[in-house]
Amino acid sequence: MAEGAATGKTDKVLKITDLRIESIHGLVLVDNVSLELKRGEVLGLIGESGAGKSTIGLGAMAYSRGGCRITGGKVEIDGTSIRDLSAEGRREMRGRRIAYIAQSAAASFNPAHKIINQVIEMPVKHGIMSKEEAKAWALELFRALDLPKPEVFGERYPHQVSGGQLQRAMTAMAMSCRPDIMVFDEPTTALDVTTQIEVLALIKKLIRDYNTAALYITHDLAVVAQVSDRIMVLRHGKMVELGDTKQILGAPKTDYARALVSERKEADHLSQLEEVDESNAVLSVSSAVGVYETFVAVNNVSINVAKAETVAVVGESGSGKSSLARLILGLLPRKSGSVKFNGKELPPALKDRNKDELRRIQFIYQQPDVALNPRQTIGEIIGRPIQLYFGRSKAEVDKRVAELLVEVGLPAEYAGRLSTALSGGQKQRVSIARALAAEPDLIICDEPTSALDQLVADGVLKLLKKLQDELGVAYLFITHDLGIVRRIAHRTAVMLKGEIVAQGPTPEIFNPPFHPYTERLISSVPEMRTDWLEEVLSKRKAG
Amino acid sequence: MRIFGHKPTITAWVGIVIVVGFILIGIFAPWIAPYPEDQTFDEVGSYASPSAAFWFGTDQIGRDLLSRVIYGARMTIGIAFVTTILSFAIGIVMGLWAVVGGKIVDQILSRIVDVMLSIPLLIFALIILSLFGSLFTSVLGSLTVLVFVIAVLDSTRVFRLSRSVAMNIVVLEYVEAARLRGEGTWWIIRREILPNALPPMISEFGLRFCFNFLFVAALSFLGLGVQPPLADWGGMVKENAKALAVGGIGPLWPAAAIALMTIGVNLIVDWILSINARPSGASAEM
Repeated sequence: MAEGAATGKTDKVLKITDLRIESIHGLVLVDNVSLELKRGEVLGLIGESGAGKSTIGLGAMAYSRGGCRITGGKVEIDGTSIRDLSAEGRREMRGRRIAYIAQSAAASFNPAHKIINQVIEMPVKHGIMSKEEAKAWALELFRALDLPKPEVFGERYPHQVSGGQLQRAMTAMAMSCRPDIMVFDEPTTALDVTTQIEVLALIKKLIRDYNTAALYITHDLAVVAQVSDRIMVLRHGKMVELGDTKQILGAPKTDYARALVSERKEADHLSQLEEVDESNAVLSVSSAVGVYETFVAVNNVSINVAKAETVAVVGESGSGKSSLARLILGLLPRKSGSVKFNGKELPPALKDRNKDELRRIQFIYQQPDVALNPRQTIGEIIGRPIQLYFGRSKAEVDKRVAELLVEVGLPAEYAGRLSTALSGGQKQRVSIARALAAEPDLIICDEPTSALDQLVADGVLKLLKKLQDELGVAYLFITHDLGIVRRIAHRTAVMLKGEIVAQGPTPEIFNPPFHPYTERLISSVPEMRTDWLEEVLSKRKAG
Repeated sequence: MRIFGHKPTITAWVGIVIVVGFILIGIFAPWIAPYPEDQTFDEVGSYASPSAAFWFGTDQIGRDLLSRVIYGARMTIGIAFVTTILSFAIGIVMGLWAVVGGKIVDQILSRIVDVMLSIPLLIFALIILSLFGSLFTSVLGSLTVLVFVIAVLDSTRVFRLSRSVAMNIVVLEYVEAARLRGEGTWWIIRREILPNALPPMISEFGLRFCFNFLFVAALSFLGLGVQPPLADWGGMVKENAKALAVGGIGPLWPAAAIALMTIGVNLIVDWILSINARPSGASAEM
């Protein structure tokens, strides 16, 4: 693979030596990281958020985000030190020799222009190709990326194609100048598992076919296992470990890498949960139909949650799982069917419910950043339900807030801080504390861990489990992550297009005989084997 | 030195010095000004050049410009501040209510504002002041009526801004969380939305404050604003505009005062914004 280009260019297409990036306040974001990339080689950069992965990825283009600057080190592309170039020269390099593919394709495309015009813009502007040549090349890329009707695909606007297609179109845009190096920054993180597998396969094929070198940034070890030759584990801006993919996955040398690997492996096993008395139903939804204007988001759904039970609702984005939660909460109008809570019918609309009914069902959001008011202190946020529902005095509220903070694993002094001063995992713990403050019977969790890092998410899950054991609270747990379902759910419901297609105790759902859609969902979750992707694809082709 | 627990930057200090300086000048105008604001000096004549006796020269009817600029500070800053604060109070409350109060409230308020916006501000003010001005003036005094009319008209602009800012906040999950909790409309406005809508509103304050300066000036020019012989900067620019044609620099003094005050206000606003943009402790535990 390494000797792919015998064109007289150096073998090392990218060489970064002692790269150091600091914030303007002097915080070290990337601490003397060095790496080398050969033609046709893929290096995976892995670590939690804040590890400096993206900063290094952008650093490879000698670019730093606002508020940071590169303070040391050398970045060489094909032997040219890119930091020594003029601003003009650096601009020439970017896009042409080294291209960047961001996590959010939707944010990277201009919604006002057709896709094709954005894809051919760079080669035409750099003067590498004429407009016709660029269009022909874009067409070839669209074909290689398996986009539907490649001839007319480019004529659409970004909002007219799906997320997976847009992500592929962005890959085409990055490839438009035939760069030597591609930087992929979590390109599949925002996609559904069944879409992710397609995009992964195509990215892999593209890199192989055009012998491009790539940096692949991700937080998911199983994803990086599929595409990369080597893996670099990063933490707090420092390199922890660098090695072959097989070695990192099979025999990591450092403790941190070992923790990451074992954490990911744990998700593949079903955990043993205590039996739950099903007769003791807290929530029972029967034949509920929920409609947005004319679109039926929840179609004839029946589901029960018993005391101290966790029921998982899984499905891809758009399957109606969040709509089900909104229907139960009274935010989505219920057209027919019934929602009973503790045996009593709940009014369909939020405004008709009384304080007690509101208190007993709490909700935890996916994005802790927007679920907490950035201008209120933690104490105000957690204390408000106590004050509102129980009308306690200021001193009692403060005391209870301190208890709750300790309960969710945060120091009691945090009560005086603003939520913006907390990390994502800490914010989610505050959300949990706010829900607990109302002393609910049921907590509906909408992907509470999907915005968090693996190890942090694990802590939050363990906390939810602990609280269930102590307080007997029931969870309706909405997620797309089957690993989580295996670990915490007593029962599982699989949703597709607004309907529940399979429902039952979790072990039954995850063992044959499967519902065909459940099988597809399960088989699309990347596994920590380097040959997994090929295996699944060939199996699907055969099937 | 710290103000409200924050240390002003150098530029903020410049702004504070300018604004506080002008306010002090306004308050102590009768003691500072060398002459009364309405005293004419026939022996010097109109549009006289600066001299030892008249540092800024004289105006179109031979009054001392320095004295009038000093007295003008009182009138101009006072009216602009009071009207801007009043218009923001009205505009923000109505704007947030439109967002939280539901579709019907929003439609009614927005359409009323649309009607008001469709009539040119100056003409609208002229009509109201000439129709009802004398009616209320006898009760409230002409300046109160002026302040109130400008504030109400100006609040339509504030309404539009606060409504659009709040529109983006009301869809956020912490507001929904408050709804799910069963909070009332007023609590949601005051505690969930307002604190988050403030930063853009503060920067708008600086801008609208300056507009109100000029608006008062325009009304004065048309005879409906600050009534002569009281001095106000905007009116003075208009009154003395002809001096430029005969080589005088009369209107530049009040114009410079307007510019300086505007810069001062905006420097302070910038500083307040920079504090607000990063709530204290934002960088902890990164």
